[in-house]
Amino acid sequence: MDGYTYSELGSILAMQGFAGFSLFSVLLLMALGLAIIFGQMGVINMAHGEFMAVGAYTTYMLSTLTETYAPSLMPYYFFVAIVAAFLIAGLLGYIAEFVLIRHLYKRPLDTLLATWGLSLIMQQSFRSIFGAREVSPALPDWLLGSYQPTDTIDIPLNGMFVLGLTTVVTLGVYYLMFRSRWGLRVRATTQNRVMSGAVGINTTKVDRYTFALGCGIAGIAGAAFTTIASTGPTTGTLYIVDTFMVVVFGGAASLLGTILSAFTIAQAQSILEFFISGSMAKVYTLLALVLILMFKPEGLFASKIRR
Amino acid sequence: MTFVYERLMGGKSGLSGFLILALFILIVLPLSLDLFRLNLVGKYLTYAFAAISLVLLWGYGGILSLGQGIFFGLGGYGMAMFLKLEASSPENTAIQSTPGIPDFMDWNQLTELPWFWVPFNSFTLTIIAILILPAAFAYLIGAAMFKRRVGGVYFAIITQVIAVILTVLIVGQQGFTGGINGITDLRTLNGWDITSNSAKYIFYFINCALLLTVIMASRFILTSKFGSLLLAIRDKEDRVRFSGYDVSNFKIFVFCFAALISAIGGAMFTLQVGFMSPSFVGIVPSIEMVIFAAVGGRMSLVGVVYGTLLINFGKTAFSESFPELWLFLMGGLFIAVVMFFPNGLAGIWKDYGHHLTNRLSGLRNWVQNSPAGATNKKMVDNT
Repeated sequence: MDGYTYSELGSILAMQGFAGFSLFSVLLLMALGLAIIFGQMGVINMAHGEFMAVGAYTTYMLSTLTETYAPSLMPYYFFVAIVAAFLIAGLLGYIAEFVLIRHLYKRPLDTLLATWGLSLIMQQSFRSIFGAREVSPALPDWLLGSYQPTDTIDIPLNGMFVLGLTTVVTLGVYYLMFRSRWGLRVRATTQNRVMSGAVGINTTKVDRYTFALGCGIAGIAGAAFTTIASTGPTTGTLYIVDTFMVVVFGGAASLLGTILSAFTIAQAQSILEFFISGSMAKVYTLLALVLILMFKPEGLFASKIRR
Repeated sequence: MTFVYERLMGGKSGLSGFLILALFILIVLPLSLDLFRLNLVGKYLTYAFAAISLVLLWGYGGILSLGQGIFFGLGGYGMAMFLKLEASSPENTAIQSTPGIPDFMDWNQLTELPWFWVPFNSFTLTIIAILILPAAFAYLIGAAMFKRRVGGVYFAIITQVIAVILTVLIVGQQGFTGGINGITDLRTLNGWDITSNSAKYIFYFINCALLLTVIMASRFILTSKFGSLLLAIRDKEDRVRFSGYDVSNFKIFVFCFAALISAIGGAMFTLQVGFMSPSFVGIVPSIEMVIFAAVGGRMSLVGVVYGTLLINFGKTAFSESFPELWLFLMGGLFIAVVMFFPNGLAGIWKDYGHHLTNRLSGLRNWVQNSPAGATNKKMVDNT
């Protein structure tokens, strides 16, 4: 590494590493929702990126509303936005499950096509409602600026906030799935649907709420996403493939696997990005993933699922 | 004769469907459309190759590939590389700092032809590459996946990722591939102007002939024992495996064959449209190909051709007049086909078509039996 001193190289690694954390946060938030939907229900939700965009647009709308009607509340609107993003995306997910997905549980490949259709419709709705241009909400002041532990290291505050948010959401999902009665029902349904129905679990209801929860988390991912980049009608599709790779690589239905694989993919990509061009970084990361998956198709942490 | 009738055409219903399609694309369309529209149809028909490959792969094999764009693109790029090299002869590119290499390489400060471009100087090698490379690539992917029993949704996702990798690679490596613009400005094939009107007609008919051949070849495969095994694998893979068959080899074969068909489509695309770009390789075109197959009927070799034509005509018509409605319509179509018509147009025809044919034959009987019909017939006999 000619041209860089060791301390500079260290700072670069730290900053690129932190940039990787931002990517990691968004990927993980997206992947958590998808892992719940894909891992627990076996549904391929190609519209997951669009549910993220719903969250992002919700945040944008709330920021515009706050700016116009109650400018003094600007520092606080973001927390409301996160909750609203969760609720609206979750509600849309609930409706989508009721109208579309529940008819297709026995045909997983067809859910893929139907949800792709749904994603096209949602994309065009975004374009009709918000325009084709990318939008970004006005962020509260406390999210701007950066934290400088040394002269050469510069860590943006919004990245730290998103990382914190991701931690909270991940802990929440962990609690919900593994420590609550509801999570017990979801996992029981995954492991043996017929038997769960026989012991009195309302599996239809479990499915509907699981799907809604997954979409809601995608909404939170969208709210977090607005602090990092701007949102356009096709933002969702940019992340959907990466997210699927996170889930597949981590081993569907494994929370730890999802976290680790989001971390690996995000870090590999953002550290490589500094040394080679962005597109080649992506090529190498994805290629490595495909190769690993060929040798270990069940992902890093496979859980045994009986269908 | 029975071989041709039963195995290549698929019996009575298959034969009539095949003949009607041949009549439609070989005679009706060329007579009723002007050259511009006919060229468009030719372009759409190249997508039909990919749709047919999905009938074999997805309809019969139950293997959903979201990466047929990869093979379509490989075939298309193979042909485009040959045409580009011919278009960038040292005389044509004398103003470049390095004459004799494609213009985009010169813009990207390349001074000599990369090694993997060299074979594409020869037409024979290009054709061999178009026929072999995509199938070989499919063999690699297929062997790695199916031997390890990766299937279903995982296979779909991984083929999709490979499509993304290829697109990013093509866009990123501008100097070697022409980048996002693709390989453009293709003029001649062995000295023959491919943009001329006569060339367009000839390519259209070559394309149709190839398409019909591919349908026959696919029919041959599907009516053989292999075809029955393919269906059996789709419905109960384990049972076939326990009966002593090596399931993965069958899947690999059908995946390679599907890749070959798509690659032929891609090569014909380049010849008729005159350029190739990464926008025909990635996720969106690959999924669109699946939709062509789904709308036409994933179990019908002939149906998917109509499906492809219908969707593409719809797309052209709508994006000219109501661009914002098209995506709604397309999305709705996806959902409707999947939820209500899993067998697509061909399924609808099978379920309701006999009403129409009954009525038509009733009409024919009526015309023949009625006095007027009888006189008509007599008059025809007299003349």
